[in-house]
Amino acid sequence: MATREVISTGNELAALAAVDAGCMFFGGYPLTPSSEIMHEISDLLPKKGGVAIQMEDEIGGICAVIGAAMVGQRALTATSGPGMSLKAEQLGLAQMAEVPLVCVNVMRGGPSTGLPTRVSQGDILQAKNPSHGDYKSITLCAGSLAECYTEVVRAFNLADRFMQPVIVLLDETIGHMHGKADIPTAEDVEAGIVPRKRFDGPAQEYFPYGVEHDEPAVLNPMYEGYRYHFTGLHHDKKGYPTEEIETCRKLIQRLEDKVAFHEDEVESFEEFMMEDAEVMIIAYGSVSLAAKEAIRHLRADGIKAGLFRPITIWPSPAKKIKEHTDKIEKVLVVELNIAQYHGEIQRAAARLDIDGLFKVNGRPISPHEIVSKVKEL
Amino acid sequence: MAFNYDKYLRLEKMPTLWCWGCGDGVILKAFVRAIDKMGMSQDDVCVVSGIGCSGRFSSYVDFNTVHTTHGRTIAYATGIKLARPDKMVVCVAGDGDALAIGGNHTIHGCRRNIDLTMIIINNFIYGLTNSQTSPTTPKGMWTVSQKAGNIDPTFDTCKLAIAAGASFVARESMLDPKRLEKSMIKAMQHKGFSMMEVLSNCHINLGRKNKMVSAMENLAWIDSITTTKKKYDAMTPEERLNLLPTGILHEDTEADEYCDMYAEIQKVHQGERKVITQDDFAKKI
Repeated sequence: MATREVISTGNELAALAAVDAGCMFFGGYPLTPSSEIMHEISDLLPKKGGVAIQMEDEIGGICAVIGAAMVGQRALTATSGPGMSLKAEQLGLAQMAEVPLVCVNVMRGGPSTGLPTRVSQGDILQAKNPSHGDYKSITLCAGSLAECYTEVVRAFNLADRFMQPVIVLLDETIGHMHGKADIPTAEDVEAGIVPRKRFDGPAQEYFPYGVEHDEPAVLNPMYEGYRYHFTGLHHDKKGYPTEEIETCRKLIQRLEDKVAFHEDEVESFEEFMMEDAEVMIIAYGSVSLAAKEAIRHLRADGIKAGLFRPITIWPSPAKKIKEHTDKIEKVLVVELNIAQYHGEIQRAAARLDIDGLFKVNGRPISPHEIVSKVKEL
Repeated sequence: MAFNYDKYLRLEKMPTLWCWGCGDGVILKAFVRAIDKMGMSQDDVCVVSGIGCSGRFSSYVDFNTVHTTHGRTIAYATGIKLARPDKMVVCVAGDGDALAIGGNHTIHGCRRNIDLTMIIINNFIYGLTNSQTSPTTPKGMWTVSQKAGNIDPTFDTCKLAIAAGASFVARESMLDPKRLEKSMIKAMQHKGFSMMEVLSNCHINLGRKNKMVSAMENLAWIDSITTTKKKYDAMTPEERLNLLPTGILHEDTEADEYCDMYAEIQKVHQGERKVITQDDFAKKI
């Protein structure tokens, strides 16, 4: 794949990625440290005939995005912790009605107003279940400048494949990082777009939610002669509200299974110096950059450390994690929260002796801190 | 020949969940007749509803329909309209939905003057959830959340919409379905944000403890608090005190519509015009 060299920030690359991936609509609200995404895309979208609107609040931002997505457009919203909390109910509607969209969350310190301008990874568990109810989230996490671009592109393709919102987690460090990145060309990204499935038969035979047990809904764009109903209520194959017992059960089970049966299409991770590793560090997002640096120092000191970096956070690459943790005794999870992903690693590994290095003061974890912790193991 | 509604209804969803004697059905029928008179294709219309009794409106009519979360109709509709400015979007919401939980979207929809029609069915109560106080519940009435009597002042939907910038504002009641239909046509034909308040009855949940246990008693009360704009305008402030004027209360055909204005933004970014400045607007602040 051809690449191009750019000098940019993580947030600006996320905006560029959306536009290159065919996004035509942005709805949002200013929220540090994600606002640069809105600043950038409000220039990029109108240029290509799209729309970027700053709504009256975070809720309005995602509502407008869901509306545009119902019409058939690829649509983006971007925010940070407090905004994610406000968007949660609408993310639930998008899960229930199976409306694809991409939501970028540039993580800052929480809970509440927290540390608006400082880094955190405190929204990992929120990203798994932002809304009430049962559904299976897809959450990606960028670990480099280039991935702010490539993961947003991938998120759009996954959203249309699985017909649901996809969350992309950046963190303040990655979002505001400024530097050089090699990213795919816009032509290659465009060539890789997999459009949403659509139904082309007669309208009376169209049942948007009448699909197989592990398939997403097939939602034709609005205003094209296929009239149906979107709702957050439990609904039947036409989208009409129902409380029929089997229909309700099958619907919610399908929201789970449409992802669970196809996790291989979602899974993504990086292994760094894992071939001969005797210590396994698990880190994601900006923390993985410090972990890589730490591993170089540890190796210089004769400690064979390696990094396993989940890129798709939810669903977690559980099988791959277990493969490694079955062989490697010393496992350390490093994250900017208190054991949020650590719990998932323990579950995946079926081990309770997984070590952790956690930090919640809004400051990044340094390579030195990781080196010291590994030497204590 | 009597009007045949079948084409516009999802007959498999009938009967509706609405109580016997509810005004929502009268309003739904007026809406369907209005669409028919306008000669709109069902494929070109989107109906967006919220949560509450009125929330079910969208599932009964055969258009492109969206049943959103509580209070968010206008925000969803804004995305739909901006994505397809050439198509029609109508929001239907109740007084609790549009004026309480969704109040922010309502005022900002009006302010933006985006080409949507907002039908607020005002029955002065939270009906679906059993008689809680809404922003339009008259003072002194009994509700389940204020059994000692409601002390909360009321919103005047139409005054609110005018103040917030809506370019078309009308109020009708379901007592005169023919007039309602005509006003709805005007609201939907108007380019810009159209606020259409429709007063309706809820004898079940407003009336039961407020001495209006039948639909007729509830409607008689609505009749007693409404008067035509023409008569209202001729009244003294004292005479107007407990009355709501009906009819078209505000119409501004000159106001900039949001989708049109956004097209200008696109032109700037596409190099077809200079940036928009204060000089482009007669009203600057």
